[in-house]
Amino acid sequence: MNNMKAIFCKQAKDTMKNKAVLIQFLMFPVISIIMNQTIKVDNLPEGYFIRMFAVMYIGMAPIIAMSSIIAEEREKNTLRVLLMSNVKPGEYLLGTGTYVWIMCMLGAICMGIVGGYRGTDLMNFLILMAVGFIISILLGASIGGFCKNQMVANSMMVPAMLILAFVPMMATFNTTIEKYGQILYSQQIQLFISHINDGKMEMKNYVITGINMVIVLITFVVAYRKNGLDE
Amino acid sequence: MSLILVESVEKKYEDKVVLNKINLEINQGEIFGLLGPSGAGKTTMIRLLTGQISATAGKITVFDKEVGKLNGTEKKQFGIMMDQFGLYERLSCYDNLKLFADIYGIKKEQIIQTLRAVGLEKAVKTPAMNLSKGMRHRLQLARVFMTNPKILFLDEPTSGLDPATSEEIHRLLLHKKEMGYLIFLTTHNMGEAEKLCDHIALLNEGKIVEYGQPQEICRKYNHQKKIRIRLKNGEELEYENSRDSAAKIEQLFQEQSIETIHSTEPNLETVFMERTGRRFE
Ligand SMILES: Nc1ncnc2c1ncn2[C@@H]1O[C@H](COP(=O)(O)OP(=O)(O)OP(=O)(O)O)[C@@H](O)[C@H]1O
Ligand SMILES: [Mg+2]
Repeated sequence: MNNMKAIFCKQAKDTMKNKAVLIQFLMFPVISIIMNQTIKVDNLPEGYFIRMFAVMYIGMAPIIAMSSIIAEEREKNTLRVLLMSNVKPGEYLLGTGTYVWIMCMLGAICMGIVGGYRGTDLMNFLILMAVGFIISILLGASIGGFCKNQMVANSMMVPAMLILAFVPMMATFNTTIEKYGQILYSQQIQLFISHINDGKMEMKNYVITGINMVIVLITFVVAYRKNGLDE
Repeated sequence: MSLILVESVEKKYEDKVVLNKINLEINQGEIFGLLGPSGAGKTTMIRLLTGQISATAGKITVFDKEVGKLNGTEKKQFGIMMDQFGLYERLSCYDNLKLFADIYGIKKEQIIQTLRAVGLEKAVKTPAMNLSKGMRHRLQLARVFMTNPKILFLDEPTSGLDPATSEEIHRLLLHKKEMGYLIFLTTHNMGEAEKLCDHIALLNEGKIVEYGQPQEICRKYNHQKKIRIRLKNGEELEYENSRDSAAKIEQLFQEQSIETIHSTEPNLETVFMERTGRRFE
């Protein structure tokens, strides 16, 4: 617990000076809020941009943040010092993951409020975002676990991010993409979000999201079984 | 009490033997120096002793326990400084230490105190990436010193530093030794080893070629026993260090023509040359 808190505080200070990671937390909330407030097109449902960017936020920010933080620590050999100081890999991942999750949740709260969600709707929106962030954090941590440096991590996270963030968006214009995109948790969460008001979700949606979570968890375990945090 | 015991340790990478049948015993309260040219296996030895890698054969005992079986709390008694151990580049000197102070449960006041001890008090708020090479070294040392480890492993703690900074670091190390810590250091610098170390081992191509107290090793290799005299007129003379030379040297004293007089004892550098036929650096 103590170590986890130490890692969390370190990460909070470090990210304040790391623009590449910091911008991930700010970009989507800021852009979506600006677009939501300025672009007024007839027939556009309320909070349209918020919903679109919320899913992109899930598919990008936690993955980039987690994988680049971990890959950098491996590359610069700071992780090795932590592990030699009796910080357990689990404590490190929890400390870092919690930090990334809280930062993302702060963005999500702003988006939810600006997007017009109130009361239980806001609660549900935040729960959906929270679940999405957790899956993405595990995925980002797996990428960080597989990669020895930031270069390799970048080449792995870009495709993951493009698929997770853009397929759900394109699915709204194209039925084929919609059909295949369903297998992604990001698209499922988009569906959940668009049905927050009517609660019209089927068992299938929960199952797919659950399967996504299990797959990511397995990937995560394999990444750390195989490589550990340190080779 | 021997804190570190190394028995016929061997380390291979694939077929390449990096360390060969190493035996060492190091006691509490001593500074031990592992000397050797680049590629001799010094860093590999530190990584073995600290359990970062495991030996191909042989046994390493630290704190009366096999090194692979040390638990996390025991490993926290190590203070390791090596190039391969990074700093958080964007964080200030203070914040770099703060993280480890939190992990080790060390009070805040001690962070500043340690930074002062290594002469970084003016750089408390400077991010690590803006530090000079010598300052980085000192910050790495501060990280080791702050946690009060029982054993310090320092991989070339003064390499690439100016003489004044090296001197300061030597002072800090001698101070730690007085407090009863064991310091295991590696170096390229023979002079440093002669000055600091209670015992040294000369490592060449993975084998220990000489072991002992620095002065003793030098004495052992003192076969030439010559006396070199430089006269005031610039002439250089060399005499056997024997009874026969006494009269001649006395005469030079009588004539008051001697500028300097030296005995030609070998230093570690010449010992290494003689043992391996190879220059040190
Ligand atoms: N992971 C590794 N895989 C293969 N060979 C290695 C590995 N690590 C070290 N070696 C080899 O072991 C030998 C000793 O390396 P080591 O780093 O211990 O030398 P050193 O004495 O510390 O040298 P220097 O003074 O340059 O730091 C070298 O020949 C090196 O190539
Ligand atoms: Mg080395």
